[in-house]
Amino acid sequence: MNAPVAALKTEAEQGLATAFAAAAPGLPGGAAVAAARAAAFDAFAQAGLPHRRLEAWKYTDLRRLMRDAKPLAPPPEAAAKAEAATAGAVIAGLGFRRLVVVDGVFAPDLSDLADLEPGLAIASLADQLAADAPLLPAAFADVLPAAEPAVTLNGALVRGGVVLTVAPGAVVARPLHLAFITTGTAPVAVYSRSLLTLGAGAKLSLIETHEGPEGVDYQVSAVLGLDVGDGASLDHVKITREGSAALHVASLIASVGAAATLTTCGFTLGGAVVRNQAFVRLKGAGTNATLSGVSLLAGRQHADATLMLTHAAPGSTSREVFKAVVDGAARAAFQGKIAVEQAAQQTDARMMARALLLSEEAEAYSKPELEIFADDVQCGHGATTGTLDDQLKFYLMARGIPAKEAEALLIQAFVGEVIDGIAQEGLREALTAATVAWLEARDA
Amino acid sequence: MTALLEIRDLKAEVAGRQILNGLSLTVNKGEIHAIMGPNGAGKSTLSYVLAGKPGYEITGGEVLLNGEDLFAMAADERAAKGLFLAFQYPLEIPGVATLTFLRAALNAQRRKRGEEELSSPDLMKRVRELSKKLGIDPDMLRRPLNVGFSGGEKKRNETLQMALLEPLLCVLDETDSGLDIDALKVVANGVNQLRAPERGMIVITHYQRLLDYIVPDVVHVLAAGRIVETGGKDLALQLEATGYAQYQGEAA
Repeated sequence: MNAPVAALKTEAEQGLATAFAAAAPGLPGGAAVAAARAAAFDAFAQAGLPHRRLEAWKYTDLRRLMRDAKPLAPPPEAAAKAEAATAGAVIAGLGFRRLVVVDGVFAPDLSDLADLEPGLAIASLADQLAADAPLLPAAFADVLPAAEPAVTLNGALVRGGVVLTVAPGAVVARPLHLAFITTGTAPVAVYSRSLLTLGAGAKLSLIETHEGPEGVDYQVSAVLGLDVGDGASLDHVKITREGSAALHVASLIASVGAAATLTTCGFTLGGAVVRNQAFVRLKGAGTNATLSGVSLLAGRQHADATLMLTHAAPGSTSREVFKAVVDGAARAAFQGKIAVEQAAQQTDARMMARALLLSEEAEAYSKPELEIFADDVQCGHGATTGTLDDQLKFYLMARGIPAKEAEALLIQAFVGEVIDGIAQEGLREALTAATVAWLEARDA
Repeated sequence: MTALLEIRDLKAEVAGRQILNGLSLTVNKGEIHAIMGPNGAGKSTLSYVLAGKPGYEITGGEVLLNGEDLFAMAADERAAKGLFLAFQYPLEIPGVATLTFLRAALNAQRRKRGEEELSSPDLMKRVRELSKKLGIDPDMLRRPLNVGFSGGEKKRNETLQMALLEPLLCVLDETDSGLDIDALKVVANGVNQLRAPERGMIVITHYQRLLDYIVPDVVHVLAAGRIVETGGKDLALQLEATGYAQYQGEAA
């Protein structure tokens, strides 16, 4: 094995090297996985943590934002599991099938595995790695940019996650809820990876929640791979409400077949630094993809939504709507790139990013990009950043609605466009309630 | 008896330009006052200043609503005290359903007055009754406020809000603008149903036509930011014949 190169300079980078050396022997995987992990860490070490001079990380400079590397969370013991019993409470009571991932490890004993629908299989990533399954299935190889730093580092250090398989044609009526929780009061680092293979014509709703202790500066790296088969339909929602001091870096990797439907919505409320990056490749013709997001930010929070969507086949449609509400001295960044390859004629792609600034110190950055190699396409993008409309606020106040309530109504309306696009009513209600709670905390 | 609205020597500026120039006007309960005047006379400014729109600076005079200092109150407090401005151009608010807005407005006013909030079924019932009277399609209530509404629908919606909120003083700013004659009759009919001994109205209009349907007790001519003539409803007819040219000189 090569010695880590000199690129690792920051305290966090050196800490990661130490953490990898210490943890590697105990991480799940056979000889092949161990070699792949070592190769991944080497690749990471060549480049180090991503920084602002890398275009994809322009707004989220991890060299600066990640001061140190926390020790890897140990496999969860009884106390951690007890703490995890309430994981995902934000959407409790909706009847979803909850699968709990505690400190990066799938916990079957906390998960609802009874009466699995025909065609649905649930396994532990750690078990599969132990049997030398690949860190990343082949379907995702052409979705990710080469040596993508967050996914590469995750590959070196991943402890576990959930592996979901839905057989072709199976319709899973009950939504799956992946509840990720980080436990304890000591800051740790948690690396998880979950994978879904949705067979041709299969149908699934998948909801992720991410949470952890308030005020603890833990670090989360989460990867989710979605392999959506031809004619399959996947409805995905990710709710990020990490503790107030947490660093959360999530990578969604989606390979989408022909005539499929992919809907994904990210809802970010918590965490000191949150990076949600999505790599989506529409490989088959006639597919529909809708990607959306809402960030509600206050204090000194930083949230970055970065997505890279590639149309690789003809006749697909994609829609992106990302909204950020930014209060205090918080910062929201959006980077969206739509690439249309030469084969992807009759592509119809639209992207919109809107930010609403609620204070003088709030900041929003937006960078939409189109890269088009086909000649018969319809593509468009737009971005707006503004404050609450005083005229609208006056109209509401002129009807007797107090200033704060008028603002709250307008903010709810602003994010409502995204929430309204979510299929399950219960989830829409939960997210509306979370928005209202956020607004109330803002007024307090 | 305290006047419902007492405007004394009101002066106001917008963007450093004086628009109201010593305007005085008294409206008693049960009275309908029409304010007519040429474009630029200050008609809309008067309505916005009364409602509390930001960006207007009061540089002199005072306004009392039921004896209380209007300018000491924020826009929402004025509404809760019974002031209602029917906008010339009602705003569109995407994402806020009309019914949600009506509920928020009514209950905010009730809370501020120390009254109990209206339950959703009771509110629905009242809104449906009023909608029917005003010829409003109930489907409109579920749509985002004023979004995609025609000019006539927007004005009906303003009238519906007024009927629901039961204000003491209604200020109708060019309610006739953008309405065809049929829509005008419906809206005027809705307004007339609100005529009541305890309620006063100020009907601001450029044209006499509206006053055929909402018949005023008093007609004022506003020119260059103040009332230059006051008379009975015949004054409106006279203005229709002579125009405002005679007052433009006084403005200078």
